[in-house]
Amino acid sequence: MASTWDLSILIDSLQRDLQARIDPQSCVMVGIYTGGVWIARELHRRLGVAAPLGELDISFYRDDFSRVGLHPEVKASRIPFSVDGSHLILVDDVLYTGRTIRAALNEIFDYGRPDRITLAVLVDRGLRELPICADVAALRLRSNPSDYIKLRGPNPLSLEFLPGGELAPA
Amino acid sequence: MMPWRMGEGDPQRDAEGRLRNLLAIEGLREGEILEILDSAESFLGIGERTVKKIPILRGRTLVNLFYENSTRTRSTFELAAKRLSADVLNIAVASSSASKGESLLDTVDNLLAMQVDGFILRHPEAGAAHLLARHLGERAWVVNAGDGQHAHPTQALLDVFTIRHLLGPISERVVVILGDILHSRVARALIHALSILGCPQIRVVGPRTLVPPELQGLGVHVFHELEPALTGANVVYALRMQRERMDSQRLPSLEEYHRRFGLTAARLRLAEDNAVVLHPGPMNRGVELSAEVADGPQAIILEQVTHGLALRMAVLARLAGGNP
Repeated sequence: MASTWDLSILIDSLQRDLQARIDPQSCVMVGIYTGGVWIARELHRRLGVAAPLGELDISFYRDDFSRVGLHPEVKASRIPFSVDGSHLILVDDVLYTGRTIRAALNEIFDYGRPDRITLAVLVDRGLRELPICADVAALRLRSNPSDYIKLRGPNPLSLEFLPGGELAPA
Repeated sequence: MMPWRMGEGDPQRDAEGRLRNLLAIEGLREGEILEILDSAESFLGIGERTVKKIPILRGRTLVNLFYENSTRTRSTFELAAKRLSADVLNIAVASSSASKGESLLDTVDNLLAMQVDGFILRHPEAGAAHLLARHLGERAWVVNAGDGQHAHPTQALLDVFTIRHLLGPISERVVVILGDILHSRVARALIHALSILGCPQIRVVGPRTLVPPELQGLGVHVFHELEPALTGANVVYALRMQRERMDSQRLPSLEEYHRRFGLTAARLRLAEDNAVVLHPGPMNRGVELSAEVADGPQAIILEQVTHGLALRMAVLARLAGGNP
């Protein structure tokens, strides 16, 4: 059975946690395609971040390229500001193995050297395969690999959860 | 006529029918071309960054094997491979030996012994890339970077990429190809690529001696006067006049050619207002194009070079990374 969460409450919570950590006049924000960009657009607007929003497609930095090849519909990454010396807020929808974030960090460093990167995710579902953690997460779950958790959007945004195992809010 | 059809199977594809080598435009599916063009769009952005490099071909070794000099093609393939983080070996071979077929495969066997992953081959003989693809089998892949007067598929792909990038879908554009159609592998590949992508009107124009009459049968509109061919055109593609052919009986002189078929600003005004002018380079100023057109706002010849780099990145990534 599918269950859904009220996304506005989750985004409210991300907004509150980030407000305490950032200076909207000096920080920059980057969303990861596709779901991370949807969440980042909302946060960018609500927090009043002065610099335009950056968008990252990490396909060229994936560690499974030699197995799965190139997806033809890779979006171009757009980072319309200098990341050198910045406090960069990296936004994604679901944090899972950590491989997407690893790829995103590599790509960000090809644009420059931020002073600090803060990772904000809508859902942290555990099951990490790399030593990466979110600074801010609206929802932390203990999930099973067979669970299906996906953000759908952009209008409206909804979080789909199809349990293949036990659900336990942490 | 088509030597690669004589063997078994299609050397452009693996046993599962996936694109394994890029040898010619003929035989490519519309969907495959569109996928390559789409990924080239995303590679275009890499060139605008400070760090113009992405890691997807890290650890792969590619060989630029050139039996003919071609600075632009060789250097864009080299840069494309390097921007994908591949290691590139550049080999320029003087092709004076009478037994080129043998020496090509000998050279390749030595390179295979160095564990290379792919070849970019430029060779004066038609069919050389197909021969190499058959020889390699599963061991490495090949991109044909020009074989005699036969094929040069990445040139045609970068040309349709450039047209689509600047003007939108090919299926809504009238394209004029101007010049020595008969000897041009660029023209042949471009006509194939345009038809696969559904170009509604392909026109060729040039002296009777340089336009093969059988093109008419392929749905291509043949003209021998420039002015009517240009009327209503969205794209004018001027081919390079090869001076080495001018001593033949086919054309009196380059001056005479320019007088009748040179693209001047006055003639270009017959085309649509936003029409673009392409040329595969290197250009003979004052022959194919007047200086005014070559340096004018409608000429997108340098964009073709930039786009050629992104398009070649897309082709290398596609062949080296397996298929999606």
